[in-house]
Formats: sequence, structure tokens, C-alpha cells
Amino acid sequence: MADQTSTTNAWPANSVPTDLIPPGRKRLGWALMAAATLGLLATILVQILYKSEVDTIGFETWRPVVYAYILWGVALGVGQVLIRGEDGQRALFLLPALLFTIAMVIFPTLFGFYIALTDWNLSSFSGRKFNGLDNFWQMLGDPYYRNALFNMVLYVLAVFVEYVIAFGLALLLNAQIRARKFFRVVFLMPLMLSPVAVSWMIGKSLMEYRFGPAATLARHLGWENPAFFSNPITARISIMVLDAWTFIPFMMIMLLAGLQAMSREVLEAARVDGATAWQTFWQVTFPLMLPVSVTAVILRIIFKLKLADIIITVTSGGPGGATDSVSSFIYREYRDRSNVGYGTMLAMAYLIIIVVFVTWLLKFASRFVRNVN
Amino acid sequence: MSVQTTDYSASEIRSPASFVANRVFIYGALIFWAFICLFPIYWTITTSFKTAIDVTQGHLIPFVDFKPDWKGWRSLGLSPDSIFQTSTVREEFLKRFMNSVITSVGASSLAIIIGSLAAYGLTRYRYKFAWFKNEDISFFFLSQLILPPVVLALPFLVLYREVGLLDTRIGLILLYTLMVLPIVIWIMRDQFNSIPVELEEAALVDGLSIWGAFFRIVMPIALPGMVAAFILAMVLCWNEYFFAALLTSTDAKTIPVMVASQTGSQGINWWSMAALATAAITPLAVIGIALERYLIMGMTAGAVK
Repeated sequence: MADQTSTTNAWPANSVPTDLIPPGRKRLGWALMAAATLGLLATILVQILYKSEVDTIGFETWRPVVYAYILWGVALGVGQVLIRGEDGQRALFLLPALLFTIAMVIFPTLFGFYIALTDWNLSSFSGRKFNGLDNFWQMLGDPYYRNALFNMVLYVLAVFVEYVIAFGLALLLNAQIRARKFFRVVFLMPLMLSPVAVSWMIGKSLMEYRFGPAATLARHLGWENPAFFSNPITARISIMVLDAWTFIPFMMIMLLAGLQAMSREVLEAARVDGATAWQTFWQVTFPLMLPVSVTAVILRIIFKLKLADIIITVTSGGPGGATDSVSSFIYREYRDRSNVGYGTMLAMAYLIIIVVFVTWLLKFASRFVRNVN
Repeated sequence: MSVQTTDYSASEIRSPASFVANRVFIYGALIFWAFICLFPIYWTITTSFKTAIDVTQGHLIPFVDFKPDWKGWRSLGLSPDSIFQTSTVREEFLKRFMNSVITSVGASSLAIIIGSLAAYGLTRYRYKFAWFKNEDISFFFLSQLILPPVVLALPFLVLYREVGLLDTRIGLILLYTLMVLPIVIWIMRDQFNSIPVELEEAALVDGLSIWGAFFRIVMPIALPGMVAAFILAMVLCWNEYFFAALLTSTDAKTIPVMVASQTGSQGINWWSMAALATAAITPLAVIGIALERYLIMGMTAGAVK
């Protein structure tokens, strides 16, 4: 990221100095922004009063507040251009994405933290009640949630097996082979397919106990009773395999790009020095590939932490919650029990765990990569 | 682990015998993995032409093992003999299909527009919003990637009900845009960084405004990157299940939700499930084959320096 700031430094000083903008235009800009802000605040206020039944004038839903926010955003943009001239035009590049993300993330997350502290079951008539940390204490004693967290650890560890396979495939594709493009397209295919369709195709029909080809094959290989989803350990492994099938191509492509960017001379030099293929891999290729590998593994772990749809459709967490990921567990907490308050508490706790974990992971990884280089 | 012993080039091989062994191993491994990738797809497509008995007896090869039948497609109203008749299932399917198309194209387009603008701004100019500098803003955008869908799902369920966006396509589009925005910004930042600043400087000297320079000079050059980002975003949105399952019920249901809701109810109708799954994966399979180059470009952006 440091190099980007240097490119911005190289940008010529072509901006119109702010003092060339007539004061009238500036005043117009300020007035516009002030009016829009007032409008937004007024809409929110009217709506709050209406919803809390102090007032009788208001809107059926909160949607006008959304429109007011959009208008406010537009006014903010126009105001910036009016007040700050070219600097304002530059800010205009960033503003839409920024306002969008803030509205879509910050507000719901804060709201989520509030919901997490309430006792709120959509199927009961009593509505929302603030209950402090009750959900939190309940969470600490919830063996199913702990089990789901433990499963996430296992699922994340499975990434390393996926990494080894993906690396192997990338090496294969990077070897001198015919029909490289064909194999690349074929290997990429699983990533394109909807996980829900995949979980049906593989999980529910290929691995079907009675007549699925995978079960038949397993019987031929000597597994008496190939029930892939009936005991906790095989069920977890089956879920990992399903997920790996979809996402191995993702890591493979990144690693392949890394291999293709590697300079040929280094490998040539290793060969001239008489290194065997095995030595060349461990002494040259693998260390050089480490930065790409770390990026691929971290991105993959981040995706893995969201794992839900395969589990929801194939096992719904079964047998007995053994395959639950945190996401699928919370999904069922909502779907089956409509327990919004408690579910949100679980989600927020998960968010905090993830943020801490990923921050640590990034720190750890950056140190790791630098040491090697 | 054994795959890692693979050599990089044939020039490393010393004797003809080991050369042949090496080739056999490489192609064997390639074909084996190609089989793993393709077999589930093959199985799904053939199952959609099977009748009940063919499924339960595990027949595999059409015309040899079993006689293909349009049963699965007829139940979707998409077989040759039923395509001109009215079919409620087909209408339902087409509605879901259109929902998927509209939400994924809409969300990808919106993400590309605001994401490219932001990425361009972040690579070319220096910002300072309060104490946030460029690096912090970039990090803010990219950090959205780790936000798991469950965290947003329940608050959005409540908020969408309040603003009347529950079970609407607009609501899904907004959420999907949020979901793919970090990836789009990541790819486009990489793109814009690779375009020399001198081009825009020349354009500015020629009297274009900064927005004029962006639209007339930078955008055409960055178009392949935009296509790459768009396709990757499309794939993610098309396959998304979690938000769609929670936030839609009747009007805005997408294809993955429809696929998932078929299972369970009254035992599985293998043939119709297979037909539905085939229909759900076909569009992306076609895109994947036709535009594979862009997909790879999108996925490897920023990975290799």
C-alpha cells in the first residue's frame, strides 16, 4: 500500500486552489449540505415520534428514511464539489462506496449488538425485551455452540490439506503438458457451481447410502457400511470433502499464477547445480511461493469461516449437531426456533472471535513472509 | 504428497525410461482429477434423464445401461413434449431463474460502478476523512471480506422488515453488492495501479477534467479488469444461498433456495432434482468455459507481485 501513496505524490499540482472558488458558491454548498442534513434528521425524528405514537404524522415504514439518506448523500457530494472544487470532485470517487458501506455495515452491526442484548423471539407475542447479558451467559453454557466452534477449528485445519492438493494440481498444470487450457477449465469447473446444487449432486445423490456411485465404490473397496453422514467423524470428513471439492480450484488458480510468475532462471540454476527435482521443490520453488501461498491460504480460511450452505442443505448439522458450523447453527437457531435475540448474540460473539483470529493471522503471516524473504 | 515430486520441465529428466514414467504419472494425475471434477456433473446431467428404477439400480451410462427418459425435465415443464403446454412448475422455475439473473446482474453492476470509482480514487488521490487516510480506507473496505453473513443476516432481517425491503429483489441486490464490493475493489485497485499515471496527466494537460480523464482514458484501458471483476461477482451472487434463504420467501426467491427447498418434503424425486440442479448450474458452467480467462484474471489480481 505504501507504493500507492508515492504515486499520488507524483500527481501534478493541477487542482484549483480553494480560494479561487467564489464565496457565493461556497455558501451555496454549505447551505445545500445543511438543508439536506436537516431534512434527514427531520425525517428520522418524525418517524421516531410516529413509531413511538407521540405523533400521528408519519410514514407506514421506515423507507422514507432510506430515501432521505440517499438524498443526503447526493447533497453531500454536490456540496463537496461546490465548496472544494477539484478536491471535491476527487472525493466524489470515494463517496458512493463509502456511504454505501457505512450504511450497510456500521448501522446494522450496531443494531445487531443491541438485538444481542434482548430477549426476542419472533414466534412469541411478547416482542422485544431488553435482558442485558442473559444471552451471553446462556451462550457460555451452550454445548452446541461450543461444538460448532470446535468444528470450525477442524474445518479451518482442513484448509491445509486442501492447500497441499491445490499445490499439487498447480504444479501439474504448470508442467509441460498438452491440452493445458482444457485441464484448466475442467479443474476450475467446481468453483463455478452453486454449493447448494453441489451439495445435492455429491452429498445427497453420489454419496447416497443405497445406490450412490460413491457408496458403491466404497463397498467395492471393502467398506462394509458406507454411510457417509451417520457417524460424526465420517460426516465431518464428508462435509470437508464437499467443501474442498468446490474451493480447491480457488487456491489452485492463485498458486498457478504464482508458479507462472516465478523466474525460469532460478530453476535453471538449481538444475545446473545438480539439484534433484525433490530438492529443487523444497529449496527453491516452495520458499519462493511462500508469499502467494500465504495469501491463498488466508483468503481460503476467510471463506471457510463463512461455511454454511453445504451443511444446511446436506446434513442440517446432523448427526446430533456434529457437523454444525457456527453459521449453520445460528441459521437453524433462527429458522427452527425464531430466536433472534440469542442467535444474534451468537453471531456477534463469532464476529469478535473472527476479527481477533484474522488480525492475529495477518500479523503472524506478515512476519512469517518477511522472515523468509 | 506424491504429486509434489512432479518435475517442472521435461528438460530435467535424464533417462528415457524415467521420462516415460514421469509423463504417465503427470497425465494419470491430470486425468484422475479431471474425472473427480467432472463426474458429479456428469452424474447430475444423466440422472435428470433417468427413471426411478435406473436411479435405484445405480445405472451410469445412457443408452448402454439405461434408456434416457424426459421424466425429470417433464416435471419441470421443460421437456420437448411439455414445453408448449402451460406448466405451473415451469413458471415457478422461470420466475426464480429471472430473480437470480436480476439480483446477480444488478448487484454485480452496482458493485462494479461504485467499487471501480472508489478503487480509482484510492489509487490516484490522497484522502483524509477525519483521521482516516488512504490505507485506513482501503483496509476498511477490504476488511468487509471477513464479515460473516450470519452477523448481518439477523439485523438485516429486522431492518428490512422495517423499511419494507424484505422479500424484494432490491433488498437482495443491496446485500449482494455489499458482499462482493471488497472483492471488486481489490481487483480494480490492482488494475488501476498497473495503468501509468502519465496517461491521465497527458489527458489533463489536453484539458479534460479528472472525471473526463477517468471515463475517456482510464475506463477503456481498465475494461478487461472490470469484466473480470464483474464475472467473479456474478458467480458469487448467483451461488449465494444464505441471505436468499433468510430474507426471501415468495417473491424474490432465487434458484439456490428453490433447489434447496426441493429436498426433504416428500422424499426426493431424483430425476426432477437432477433436472433442476442441471438448470441451476448450466448458466455458470457456460460462463466458466467461455470466459475462463477473465475469471482467472480476477482471481489472481493482487496475488502475484
